[in-house]
Amino acid sequence: MSNTAKYRNDFLKEVEANVEEGEWVKMCMQCGVCAGSCPLGNAWEHTPQKIFMMIRAGKRDEVLSSDAMWMCTSCYNCIVRCPREVPITHIMHGLAHYAKRLGLVPANQPTAKFAQLFWNNLSKRGRINELTLGLGLYFMNGFVEGIKTSIKMQSLGLNMIKTGRMNVMEIFGGHSVKDTSGFHAMLQKAEEIEATRIK
Amino acid sequence: MTEVVATNQTILVVGGGISGMTAALEAAECGKQVILLEKNPSLGGRVSQLYKYFPKLCMPTCGMEINLRRIKANPNVRVLTLAEVTQVSGTTGNYQVKVKLSPRYVNSNCTACGACADAVTAEFPNEYNYGLNNRKGAYLPFFMAYPQRYVLDPKIIGTADADKAQAACHCGAIDLDMQTEEMDLQIGSIIWATGWQPFDADKIQPYGHDRFANVITSVEMERMMDPMGPTGGRLVRPSDGQEAKNVAFIQCAGSRDRNYLKHCSRICCMATLKQTTYLREQFGDAGRATVYYIDIRAIDRFENFYQKVMKDDNIKFIKSKVANVIENKENNNPILRGVNTEGYHRYADEYDLVVLAVGMQPSVDFKSLGIDIVVNDNGFIEQNPHNGGMFAAGCASDALDVNRAVQNATASSLRAIQVINQVAGAEG
Ligand SMILES: Cc1cc2nc3c(=O)[nH]c(=O)nc-3n(C[C@H](O)[C@H](O)[C@H](O)COP(=O)(O)OP(=O)(O)OC[C@H]3O[C@@H](n4cnc5c(N)ncnc54)[C@H](O)[C@@H]3O)c2cc1C
Repeated sequence: MSNTAKYRNDFLKEVEANVEEGEWVKMCMQCGVCAGSCPLGNAWEHTPQKIFMMIRAGKRDEVLSSDAMWMCTSCYNCIVRCPREVPITHIMHGLAHYAKRLGLVPANQPTAKFAQLFWNNLSKRGRINELTLGLGLYFMNGFVEGIKTSIKMQSLGLNMIKTGRMNVMEIFGGHSVKDTSGFHAMLQKAEEIEATRIK
Repeated sequence: MTEVVATNQTILVVGGGISGMTAALEAAECGKQVILLEKNPSLGGRVSQLYKYFPKLCMPTCGMEINLRRIKANPNVRVLTLAEVTQVSGTTGNYQVKVKLSPRYVNSNCTACGACADAVTAEFPNEYNYGLNNRKGAYLPFFMAYPQRYVLDPKIIGTADADKAQAACHCGAIDLDMQTEEMDLQIGSIIWATGWQPFDADKIQPYGHDRFANVITSVEMERMMDPMGPTGGRLVRPSDGQEAKNVAFIQCAGSRDRNYLKHCSRICCMATLKQTTYLREQFGDAGRATVYYIDIRAIDRFENFYQKVMKDDNIKFIKSKVANVIENKENNNPILRGVNTEGYHRYADEYDLVVLAVGMQPSVDFKSLGIDIVVNDNGFIEQNPHNGGMFAAGCASDALDVNRAVQNATASSLRAIQVINQVAGAEG
C-alpha cells in the first residue's frame, strides 16, 4: 500500500456517483454558514459542514449511519445562505436516500420510520390515506402509546372530519388515483431507472 | 461658460481619486495635455475617507498633499469637478466626449472662510461620512478639499437658505444663476479611473446592518476614527455613544458569495487587520478585537502585518463565516451566531460593536452608461485590444490597494501617452 492510499477519496467518488447532487460536495469550502444557520443544528450529531468534511475524509460508515440527514426539516436556510450555492438540503436528502438503499439507517430513527409509513401508504393507491397514515403514526411506537396519542389528538381528528379533511370510511381502503395500475407501472419503471443509475 | 481646450492629443482622465490623480500627473509631467474630470465637488476619492493607510499606518493626507502640490504646479492638467461623462463616441486618437458640468453655485472668488455655511440652516446627510452625520446646505466637502471652495447643495437653491448664503458672502463668490453646462470634447485617449464603491451592506440580511445600530461597515469605521470625522475620532456605539472597546469583525461580508459579490476584494482582510490596531491605539489594553474569517488573505508582503497582529493577545481569530447577527434587546449588543470550523463549536458571542468588512465593487456600470469597453463578470474593466485608446486605472480595473492602484495608474498613463504619440506622429 502506498503512503497516500489512505488519502484516496473513494467515498467522495461514491457519493458523487450515487447521491443526488453529490458532485457538489467537493465545492464546500468549510465556511460553516450552513451549520450556524440550521435551526436544528444543535440537536444533531453532524451538521452539513461536518458531513461534507467527513465525506471528504472517507468516513463512510459514520456518514451513512448518521442521523443527521434524517433530522433535516427542509427549511432551506442553508441553501439560501451558502456562499457557493451548494444545494445542501438536496444533498442531505440524497444521503438519506442512499443510506436507506444500503440498509444503513440507524434503527428506530423516527423520521426514517415515518418516511417509510408515508411511502407505504402513498404507493398503494397514489393518494395519501390520512386516517390510516395518522393511526400508523400514533401506533408507530406500540399499542399503549398509540392509544394515549389517539386520545390526546382526538379533537384534531374530529375537526379534520368536520372540515372534510379526513373521512372515517377511509379505513376500508380509501380514495385513489384514477388509474391505479398505471400508477404502479410508473413507480416500477422509476425504480428500474434508479437501479441502473445507483450501483 | 467654462472654457476648456481639448484636441485629439489630449488625454482625458475620468475620476479624481488617487489613481486618476496619479494617471493625470504622470502624463502631464511627460508634457501631455490632460483633462481630469471628477464627479464630486473635490478631488481625493475614497482614499481621502480613510483614517490611516496599511501597511505603514501613515495618514493618507500626506500623499494627498503631495499630489495636490503636483497638480497646482502643473499647467498641463486641467481639473474639472462636478463633472461627469455622459457619452463617448469615435475611436482611438479621435474620441468625441460629452461632459455634463453641474453647478457649484460658488465661483473662484471663494476664500473658504465658511461664512455661507454659518448662515444657512438646512442640513443633509453627509455623503463624505457615509451619512453618519449631517452637513449644512453650504459646505466644504472636507478639510483638504481641492479646489478649496465651498459648494451649495442644489436642494437649497430657490430657498431662503440660498439667499442667506449669498448675503453672508463677503467676496461675491456665490452665483445663484449658475446653470448645468454641456461640453463636447475632442480627445485622443481616455483613462477610466472611476474607482470603487462599498458593497451595500443592507443587502446582507442575516447581518442586520439595516436593523441594528451597532452593526457598521468597515468604511464607516474609517470615518469614525478620523479626528475630523462624525464622532471626532472616537470609536463609539451608534446606539448610545458609549466607547466600543470589544469589537467583532466579519470578513467576506457579501464577498466571495454567489448571492452577493462573487469576487474577493483582497484588501478587506488587510483593512480589518489595520482596524484591529485602531482599537489598541484608542483603548490600549482595554481594546479587544475578534476576527471571524473564512481564510485570511493578506497578500504577499502584507503577511508580515498579519503575523504582527496575530502576536497580539487581545486580537482573536475565529475561522467561521458568521451565520447571522441578532441583537440583545436590553443593551443593543450585537450577538454573532455560527459554528467555529476549528472544532465545530457552536457560538453565540456578544460584542459592543460589529464591523462588516464589505467588498469593493465598480462605482460605474459601464454597460448601462453605454461605454463600449470590455468588462469582466464583476464589472471591472479588462485590458483588451477592443478598448482601443481607452484604459482603466486603479480600482476601475480591479479591487486594489493604493500601492497597486497607483502602479496600475502609472501603467495606464504610459499606454495613453503611446496613443497620443502615435496621433502626434501621424499629424507630423
Ligand atoms: C475599508 C477599506 C479600507 C482601506 N484601507 C486601505 C489602506 O489602508 N491602504 C490601502 O492601500 N488601501 C486601502 N483601501 C483601498 C483603497 O481605498 C483603494 O485602493 C483606493 O481608493 C483606490 O483609488 P481609486 O482612485 O482607484 O478609486 P476611488 O478612490 O474610488 O476614486 C475614484 C474617483 O472617481 C470618481 N468617479 C466615480 N465615478 C465617476 C464618474 N462617472 N465621473 C467622474 N468621476 C467619477 C469618484 O468620485 C472618485 O473620486 C481600503 C479600502 C477599504 C474598503
